[in-house]
Amino acid sequence: MMTFPEHELHFFQKFGLTGRLIERCLGEALSAGGDFADLYFESIASTSISVDESLVKSASQGVSAGCGIRVCSGDRTGYAYTDDLSAERLMRAARTAALIASGPSKQSVAGFRETPKSSLYPISAADTDAGVAPKLELVMRADRAARAYDPRIVQVRAGYNDELRHILIAASDGTFAHDTQPLARLNCYVIAKDGSKNSRGGSGGGGRVDLSFFEGDKSPEHFAREASRQAILQLNAVPAPAGDMEVVLGPGWPGVLLHEAVGHGLEADFNRKKTSAFAGLIGRQVASSKVTVVDNGTMPSRRGSLNVDDEGSPTQETVLIENGILKGYLSDKLSARLMGMADTGNGRRESYQHIPMPRMTNTYMLSGEDAPEDIVRSVKKGLYAVNFGGGQVDITSGKFVFSASEAYLIEDGKITAPVRDATLIGNGPEALKYVSMVGNDLALDEGIGTCGKDGQSVPVGVGMPTIKLDRMTVGGTGR
Amino acid sequence: MSTATPISATQTNMQQLATDVVERALRAGATEAEVVIREGDEFSTLVRLGQVETLKESGARGIGLRVFLGPSGAHRTANTSTSDFSPAGLDHLISGAIDLAKVTSEDPFAGLPEPGAMGQLAGDLDLYYEDVYGLPVAQRIEYARRAEAAALSADPRIQQEKSDGGSFDAATGHKVMANSRGFVGEYRRSYCSLSAMPIAQTEQGGMQRDYWYSSARTLARLDTPESIGTEAARRTLRRLNARRVPTQSVPIVFAPEIARSIIGNIFEAANGDSIYRGASFWANQLGQQVASPNVTVVDDGTMQGLFGTSPFDGEGLPTRRTVIVENGILKNYLLNTYTARKLNMQSTGNASRGLAGTPGIGAGNLFLQNGSLSPQHLLADVKAGFYVTELMGFGVNMVTGDYSRGAAGLWIENGELTFAVEEVTIAGNLKEMLNNVTAIADDLVFRGAVASPTLRIDGMTIAGE
Repeated sequence: MMTFPEHELHFFQKFGLTGRLIERCLGEALSAGGDFADLYFESIASTSISVDESLVKSASQGVSAGCGIRVCSGDRTGYAYTDDLSAERLMRAARTAALIASGPSKQSVAGFRETPKSSLYPISAADTDAGVAPKLELVMRADRAARAYDPRIVQVRAGYNDELRHILIAASDGTFAHDTQPLARLNCYVIAKDGSKNSRGGSGGGGRVDLSFFEGDKSPEHFAREASRQAILQLNAVPAPAGDMEVVLGPGWPGVLLHEAVGHGLEADFNRKKTSAFAGLIGRQVASSKVTVVDNGTMPSRRGSLNVDDEGSPTQETVLIENGILKGYLSDKLSARLMGMADTGNGRRESYQHIPMPRMTNTYMLSGEDAPEDIVRSVKKGLYAVNFGGGQVDITSGKFVFSASEAYLIEDGKITAPVRDATLIGNGPEALKYVSMVGNDLALDEGIGTCGKDGQSVPVGVGMPTIKLDRMTVGGTGR
Repeated sequence: MSTATPISATQTNMQQLATDVVERALRAGATEAEVVIREGDEFSTLVRLGQVETLKESGARGIGLRVFLGPSGAHRTANTSTSDFSPAGLDHLISGAIDLAKVTSEDPFAGLPEPGAMGQLAGDLDLYYEDVYGLPVAQRIEYARRAEAAALSADPRIQQEKSDGGSFDAATGHKVMANSRGFVGEYRRSYCSLSAMPIAQTEQGGMQRDYWYSSARTLARLDTPESIGTEAARRTLRRLNARRVPTQSVPIVFAPEIARSIIGNIFEAANGDSIYRGASFWANQLGQQVASPNVTVVDDGTMQGLFGTSPFDGEGLPTRRTVIVENGILKNYLLNTYTARKLNMQSTGNASRGLAGTPGIGAGNLFLQNGSLSPQHLLADVKAGFYVTELMGFGVNMVTGDYSRGAAGLWIENGELTFAVEEVTIAGNLKEMLNNVTAIADDLVFRGAVASPTLRIDGMTIAGE
């Protein structure tokens, strides 16, 4: 086996883990005949601070640590975890997970190879111990900027959250990887009031970054003004239209369309089980020829990026749709093995208490050739949507929704009145066939996305250039 | 049989630990302190196409501390939490909280509840049964296998080569709370659930899935695996051949399991945290007519054996029954200590607290009271309408009340359920929707902490073709 640089590794230093113990646990995990086992050690330190009514009403810090042990036997998975990293408890968890298999031990632990490591986020950036004073200053600045924006802004809440996650993964197939992953996020939510009219606005951003990220153009003032602008705009919004129409989606966060319409449906586990509306469609036209969609876990500092995934595999850029043709799925180790395809490094999990599965990282559509102004100008009557709340998809029927929080009517090629919140609905394998124009202005979101699947939340990114869909259903109340 | 668990050595140790940490926080400089310890075990298994696919079994615990510094009426506050119960871990928990609180602002409304307000319900609330772990693993797997098998054998259109399976889950939780105003309490709760998720497909190709489940605090109250599988199949099959309908305005009938989400919206509207911020359209509306006169919504954390029941809330106040809306009149908000002080009211015992963070607002058992019609009679009055069995997305704005969500269900024609509908939205404004509840059925059943009978709302817009 390889020599562990034990003195350098967090779990060896802080928790007394040893190479010998890792081998013993993997051996125990495979003792009932499993054909694969891995250990996932995780320790997280998090800080949260918020300002509300211009008071720092509270601040929180938390630490947690644990290890999840997985054993696979064919397509069966046994899983156990412990928040006590003593040898006794680790061995007990390994024994519990082992029971998914039944038979004599047949697999030995191979020599470890360390996964080649990129450095998408400087570890020096990850100073959660920097003290709370500078973090507090960020939220106070957001509060002041929002209140200064307009006297109709009557309530402001701003919050800063960060975490530093250390992980170490060792698997019976020889995988050995470790990473230190920072994650930070600043949010601002406001309420505007004008006579009897009320509205809300929200904005935020971040990524795998340190505090200096918020000193550039992604300043607290930027997010505060953006939240306030949205709230003031919404005070005079008109009812959203209802029914099928031409829809133009702005760049950046509207890429949540891709996440819901195609991203989830292309996660390999659903396709291995043939329960996805996209099952069996590889090589088929699922979008207009102007559409190319990728998932890319290797973008520096992005919220969805990872040096290694939660199975210790390197992340990569994976083409999902190329010129409208479905090219590939997002895979983890289990699906790759069972489907005979490459592992795309998309095995992710919420924490040591969770079984990894294929998940998106940063999912976006590549730029096309159209000028955004031309796209809007081409629409006689439709909707221009630039900001969204969350979305959801039914993988099996393919139906997906995403909810616009900032949108406008387009009348005779011009953006006119802002409209009230409305949900857009479509069918995943069909919706992108209606993409008729793709802008040259690809943008990624600001870094606030969290994706939920089977009860597990992971940070993700989305992105898109301005696009035009010739048909999409808008769920308003107007005509 | 409900087990009034004897106070074991572990429990005593956890209470002792909680009060010790409170005392140590006071010695370290806190004016007031509150400690929560939670430990839990979970088991889950998924059986797919008759084979075990995942088997998970584990437990974890954590401790959370909230401290206040400075005199009452000008408290600074902070929270820390950890999974590290070692002496060094607890030292860090305490010193961390004190250091952190020093940088926060003085808030005249912050603080622990008044001593006279604290307490807990006496007697056995029927919340804990050891039998959720009583079955050997092989039999738990067998529960899940039987639920899936019943679904797969229900109809030839249920797919035999693809399925999202059957699952069995069990969990127990143990919570201990202590604070520097003398409160010490603890309780255990158990939970088990069984579900089936089949997939149906027609020759034309359209694939659909749905699910059904049963959950309970004891195995003895779970529905049989066969009844769950059969119902899951029925629900999945009725979605086949779904189509869109034209954009129009017709009565919407919400099936009970979906009407729950409207009751959830009512919870958000009455949430004291949103009320004092003006972030709810029900702010400053107490005593006003906010819903049709047939609407009475109650929150009750005291109901024996239910999912939203506990002897005390997240701040150590006894849970209680609070009428939110009575005959359409807004009677009460749901409050914790902080929001009650902000609004110059009394807490309704609705503090919710995880390990980390300040207490929020949580509901107990929240429900819309039964009407007098049977669901069949309610439907019989609808000439053309949409019976909603699924909602998608998060398109509800609690500041304005604007409501717009993806929906699927069945079309109603002359009082009968007919073809399946999908890929449409339903939209309106919650303020108006609640005043347009034109009928409520008599089929209230608690399948979770939030429950509703079938209900009909008029005046909403369907967006479709």
